Amino acid sequence: MGRIVLEKVTKSFGDVQVIPPLDLTIEDGEFAVFVGPSGCGKSTLLRLIAGLEDTTSGKVVIDGEDVTEVSPSKRGLSMVFQTYALYPHMTVRKNIAFPMRMAGLSEAEQEKKIKAAADSLNLTDYLDRKPGQLSGGQRQRVAIGRAIVRDPSAFLFDEPLSNLDAALRVGMRLEITEMHERMKTTMIYVTHDQVEAMTMANKIVVLQAGVIEQVGSPIDLYNAPKNIFVAGFIGSPKMNFIEGAEAAKHDAKTIGIRPEHIDVVEDGGAWVGTVGVAEHLGSDTFFHVHGTGLAETLTVRAVGNVALKHGDKIELTPRLSELHRFDGEGLRIA
Amino acid sequence: MAIVAQSSKTGQVSRATLAWIVGLLFFFPIFWMVLTSFKTDADAVKPEFLFFFTPTLENYLNMTENYDYWRFARNSVITAVFATVFALAVGIPCAYAMAFNPSRGTKDVLMWMLSTKMLPAAAVLYPMTFLTKSMGLFDTHFLIIVVLMLINLPIVVWMLFTYFKEIPKEIIEAGQMDGVNTWGEIKEILIPLAWGGIASTALLCFIFCWNEAYWTVRLTTTDAATLSKLIEGNRAPEGLFFGRLSAVSTAAVGPIVVLGWFCQKQLVAGLTFGAVK
Repeated sequence: MGRIVLEKVTKSFGDVQVIPPLDLTIEDGEFAVFVGPSGCGKSTLLRLIAGLEDTTSGKVVIDGEDVTEVSPSKRGLSMVFQTYALYPHMTVRKNIAFPMRMAGLSEAEQEKKIKAAADSLNLTDYLDRKPGQLSGGQRQRVAIGRAIVRDPSAFLFDEPLSNLDAALRVGMRLEITEMHERMKTTMIYVTHDQVEAMTMANKIVVLQAGVIEQVGSPIDLYNAPKNIFVAGFIGSPKMNFIEGAEAAKHDAKTIGIRPEHIDVVEDGGAWVGTVGVAEHLGSDTFFHVHGTGLAETLTVRAVGNVALKHGDKIELTPRLSELHRFDGEGLRIA
Repeated sequence: MAIVAQSSKTGQVSRATLAWIVGLLFFFPIFWMVLTSFKTDADAVKPEFLFFFTPTLENYLNMTENYDYWRFARNSVITAVFATVFALAVGIPCAYAMAFNPSRGTKDVLMWMLSTKMLPAAAVLYPMTFLTKSMGLFDTHFLIIVVLMLINLPIVVWMLFTYFKEIPKEIIEAGQMDGVNTWGEIKEILIPLAWGGIASTALLCFIFCWNEAYWTVRLTTTDAATLSKLIEGNRAPEGLFFGRLSAVSTAAVGPIVVLGWFCQKQLVAGLTFGAVK
């Protein structure tokens, strides 16, 4: 079980309120991702749930029990840190055994769980090494192993992949997602990387300046962002925003169109511009288009290899059904 | 390239020479003291016997037979060991709290602790003497242990604080998440990780306790008197007996020099703490 509810939680550091009153429910078994730019309070929120920070006011409830005043060690949660936070003086085996030893499990039971965790995380050959002798990816696996053996009611991940290189990051992302599919335990995952958020989450919580901008499934957020901030944050490359006369045509202050929803056409396009940078990825081609008179740059994604290069004239047609409209306050117009 | 290499080599040699000169300069008084301890009191003051003399153990035999050297030595060991142990017992939780759960006042508390070292000891000599006498603590091991612990506590807390600060906070937090209480964190995580720093701190504290003379001389007479008191007691009113005094001093500093020699590495790390990361 791992249903986590935040009720009117606030957090201030001195006179600075980093989390204004906030309500959030994470259902048992959910994979929730907190995402937002640096300093948006996502890590603070996770630490409030963990108990590593005290709430200034409000309640943290885990499985119906108010744990606001309960120490982190008694909340029954496991955490994986960005810096791995392994115990450098202990071997991998001892690191993984540590929470079980603290909980007073028998040696035999510890050994059984260590073996199971090591098997599933490919750590069997490294059990007698110290963390200093492991690579970044292996260290993060050890940290995950240490978290698993506690049988927590929820896992908390604080940007666990940020210190890994790109290739490893993708691999570990899959492993964590698979782990969730297998264990069905609640997971809360903090990241600034919206790709991680989109690929891993059942529920994304988009934060800005301590305020929840939108909560929903990845596809909900992609299809119907509540405001310009969410629209710009979710999706890669970023959504194009157009103001002025073109927006007025659609009865909006601002219109947004994703790069994948603009088609490159031979002629007769609605918008005409010049190719700035063309990024040929093979599977896709990204064009950064200037001189359309709509926005400084429009990003356009064309499927496959489209043989336009820097300085070429390009004609574009937006898919009107995929257009997002926003009012003067940046809120979505339904 | 060649010029740079050469000039750096010259620099190396001159630095090494300078280091040797300074080292010998510091060592000479100790060398002289040890030498003098093997001379008779009469020979000790004669310049012609500076290096060439007939060595004698008379001073050492005299010291152990007539001055009860071993009792003073035992007191030194007891007071320094217990004062160090207690200073660590208080200092480790204190530095832990300040390093990992700092409050707004932490820096001020640290500064205040250090500022107590600026108080001239003489200013509290009379109150201390009268107070301890009226409480029946004068010349007890307990008093000396408490005094030595208290005067070294600021430096102990400062040193430990600096070492603990270098431990990533996440490791302590990981411990909390893994179900450890505060004492468990200190025992299972903090002490093993900061072991080198704690050892340096303990060593320095022990040396400071051993060498302390102001209070140990003034707050003891016989029962708790340490080696400092023994040296002081050999400042004979009828004039200085250099041979005897040197023997006593050599025997007093001997153990600590040997200890320091074996723990050089820790000691250097301790003395330069915070200087290089």
